[in-house]
Amino acid sequence: MSNVLLKVDNLKKYFPKRSGAVGKKHGEVKAVDDVSFEVNEGETLGIVGESGCGKSTTGRMIMRLLEPTEGSIKFDGIELSTLSNKDMRKARRDIQMVFQDPYASLNPRHTVKKILEEPLIVHGIGSSAERKEMVEEYLEIVGLSAYHARRFPHQFSGGQRQRIGIARALMTNPKLIIADEPVSALDVSIQAQVLNLMQKLQEDLKLTYIFIAHDLGVVRHISDRVGVMYLGRLVELADSESLYAEPLHPYTQALLSSVPVPDPTYEREKVIITGDVANSVPDAGCAFHTRCPYATITCKMNVPNLVEVKKGHSVACHLYGEA
Amino acid sequence: MSELVSKSIDMTSKPEKAVGPWKEAWRSFKKSKSALVGTGIVLFFILLAIFGPLIAPQGINDQDFSVRLAPPSSEFWFGTDDFGRDIFSRIIHGARISLYVGFSAVVLSAIVGCFLGIIAGYYGRWIDTIISRIFDIMLAFPSILLAIAVVSILGPSLQNALIAIAIINVPNFGRLIRSKVLSVKEEEYIVSAKAIGMKDSRILWRHILPNSFSPVIVQGSLAIATAIIEAAALGFLGLGAEAPKPEWGKMLSDARVHLMTAPWTMIFPGIAIMLTVLGFNLMGDGLRDALDPKMKN
Repeated sequence: MSNVLLKVDNLKKYFPKRSGAVGKKHGEVKAVDDVSFEVNEGETLGIVGESGCGKSTTGRMIMRLLEPTEGSIKFDGIELSTLSNKDMRKARRDIQMVFQDPYASLNPRHTVKKILEEPLIVHGIGSSAERKEMVEEYLEIVGLSAYHARRFPHQFSGGQRQRIGIARALMTNPKLIIADEPVSALDVSIQAQVLNLMQKLQEDLKLTYIFIAHDLGVVRHISDRVGVMYLGRLVELADSESLYAEPLHPYTQALLSSVPVPDPTYEREKVIITGDVANSVPDAGCAFHTRCPYATITCKMNVPNLVEVKKGHSVACHLYGEA
Repeated sequence: MSELVSKSIDMTSKPEKAVGPWKEAWRSFKKSKSALVGTGIVLFFILLAIFGPLIAPQGINDQDFSVRLAPPSSEFWFGTDDFGRDIFSRIIHGARISLYVGFSAVVLSAIVGCFLGIIAGYYGRWIDTIISRIFDIMLAFPSILLAIAVVSILGPSLQNALIAIAIINVPNFGRLIRSKVLSVKEEEYIVSAKAIGMKDSRILWRHILPNSFSPVIVQGSLAIATAIIEAAALGFLGLGAEAPKPEWGKMLSDARVHLMTAPWTMIFPGIAIMLTVLGFNLMGDGLRDALDPKMKN
């Protein structure tokens, strides 16, 4: 494939657990533990996983909305993790974000024009007249109309608001858009519209997406490659087709077998995992070993590395290769 | 999923007028009768303060010893005090003093309080700890006691009473806006503002402040009422306005020796204080219901 736009290496985020009056630290929560992946220009990388697995944290670390504890984030040749706050602010022009909740992500006291114009003002783009024109142009691009610019967010439906959120992310003409569960808060029928809009925009504007979601169907629809996260670790990373056709990691298998299939006669091969997600990453071994039906002694001892077992298909599991 | 065809949403409806959050608040404010009554009273006293000297039948210090402690009559509507001064005229002039002290003290403390509160709420950590603890210390004293202490340090005058009232109100505003900022800063539109690449200062003043401000307006209108009472209390104790000034609290204090013989010297300034405070309270309650429905009860 083409150039690597974003390269994330050994990204970690540990939140300290504090208690008491002076906030004494006792242990930490490993929200993201040693995650590495690449995103190529023009592709969509889907990241799936259940809630609390660190997928949003990963997205926010790339934007430096959260400071990584460790690791490197290379975007377009620039190391983001060590940029000063000032330089990072400027770099955000090229990386934008679409948020999950379209009801919360737009300032209720600003009109749509103000919301869309702000990224331009912040990055010093265009004159007042040019900005107005751009706002109207982008409103049309996302399927709204120029006259909507005068309205306030509460006068729109969820789908329309998400379109505004997408337009805001597009204003600065970014290279990478991190979409953090952009359709989870929307009705299913509206989800399809927004997803199709995002795909169309990707083609027209040559965008690269990191698409974070917990809905496997949605991710399959939009992604070129998919990464599966469990408890802060990336357990499988593969081309979308390959992953859905032949999931390798036991967790991915279980996850996929739980996706409903619109065919009542379909007999699925159910992979059922027992127990609940552990509160935090086990101190030793694979994050999934507490629930894995195939767990061996090795799984309890060593952390499996993400290894490419087939072309374009990597998995972090002792059952394959390694061991 | 892929079979679903994207259709453009029906946008043909006529462009409607944009209704902003402030306009909406005004709509619901108008619905409350008591809020309108309160606003009416407040407006009445504001007009009285502005045009007072034109309305007042007599000057504030026109003394006439022939009519000392005269009861209310057609000539002296509210009677006269022990110097033979017209109480009606003095109350009209007093409106200016009371409103001036109320407004200025509240505006001053709201500015300082909001600034400290926003900084504490937004930056958190040790800055928050320091500012919050100072607020706690100030709130540990009964407010009037603190005001007396401040005035005795600065020396008794109307100006210093105003400053004292402003100081004792700072922690109220500070804590109020701090707690609001704590919740607003977690909102996704603030995260998105950061993601866009905004500076902290822009986020603070353009996004967090406007969204945290409505409780301040409510608290402000109620605090004016308290400030007027506090100013009157300081005046009553002789720590506020100096002798000839027709400050309502001072008038009450001067009148208390004549309570039995000439009760009108006390009743009318008292009613004036009560009415203004009532007006601001009613208006404040209405504002609260309109701006922040969640705060009801």
